[in-house]
Amino acid sequence: MGPLIPNGLIPIEWNFVIALLIGLAFGYIMEASGFSSSRKIIGVFYGYDFAVIKLFFTTAIVSAIGLYYMDYLGWVDISQLYVHPTYLWPAIVGGVFMGLGFMFGGYCPGTSLCAIGIGKIDALAFAVGIMIGVFIFSESFGLLEPFFNGSNYGHITMMDTFGISPYWIILIFTVIAVIVFYFSDFIRKRVKKVFY
Amino acid sequence: MKNKQKIKRRVYWNPYFGGFLLGLLIILTFYITGRGLGASGAMKSTVVTVVDAVAPAHAENNAYYSKFIKEGESPMNTWLVFEAIGVLFGGFLSGAMANRLKPIVEHSPKITSKKRLIYALTGGVLFGLGAQLARGCTSGAGLSGMAVLSTGGFLTVAMIFGTGYLISYFFRKNWI
Repeated sequence: MGPLIPNGLIPIEWNFVIALLIGLAFGYIMEASGFSSSRKIIGVFYGYDFAVIKLFFTTAIVSAIGLYYMDYLGWVDISQLYVHPTYLWPAIVGGVFMGLGFMFGGYCPGTSLCAIGIGKIDALAFAVGIMIGVFIFSESFGLLEPFFNGSNYGHITMMDTFGISPYWIILIFTVIAVIVFYFSDFIRKRVKKVFY
Repeated sequence: MKNKQKIKRRVYWNPYFGGFLLGLLIILTFYITGRGLGASGAMKSTVVTVVDAVAPAHAENNAYYSKFIKEGESPMNTWLVFEAIGVLFGGFLSGAMANRLKPIVEHSPKITSKKRLIYALTGGVLFGLGAQLARGCTSGAGLSGMAVLSTGGFLTVAMIFGTGYLISYFFRKNWI
């Protein structure tokens, strides 16, 4: 039963080869979907291209349905999977900073890497910026530490937050996504085209 | 002519197809490793490696860097760094096959390349800060968090896009 490496079903030596191959597929899918272009990505905020929302929500739904279905079938033990922890205020403030960075730069870390792969110089500037940001954060960690480690809710999920089963969460999320998909096309048809 | 332009504009995948494949990839990643994907982690490792090489004592004494430094092992020796190298090559491969390899600064005709680069660098700094605070970026916190229905993952994604929509009006000249 999965996950394979934590349960010793694949030797740990394969870890880095697998990482490289998974990264390769990740970069390929992003580039082929147009995420190596900041002006395509940013279209989501101006209504001329909703590829980001469509890809992002589809990915989230497919992966959540798939993982819970595999858990149901007994192929993977979902309780062994790593759940991103919730530190309430750092998650909110961090998200605001990332939103700002998104509007300034037009990339996120992953898309900037795949854009560097095809030669985008602005993506390289963005990636250098990320490293400067990490450096500033680390150097001021003494100041930020109480905030960074505060409001810790642990590895909570939407089931803990709303007190309903994962199947309901996934169903509600899927319905919301389909409505968003419908309205995104509705908006796109009414917004002036932008060529990039 | 019009037809040719149409062909050129159809080169990207349908986003639902891309999303479906990426969803399968995330399932596979969790199935094999028990964790999700990430992107900012590799950049953090790079910074830790450089600081550790330039000023080892300083890195040891810093409570953040020292989390990622292990005796006798390079901080670059992590899963996420290898994954990020894969992303670079994956992007390159797809770009090469679709004839998109070209060293350019992509920007709106309304701004100069220089302005675009300054804004991109600034955006990176802000994104880097935010990704550390939120313990992950759109990949690590967002995609991987949402796959296992993490509350923090959904929250961070809502904040990223919410902030973007709130302030997009003030940035319109840079993009459209």
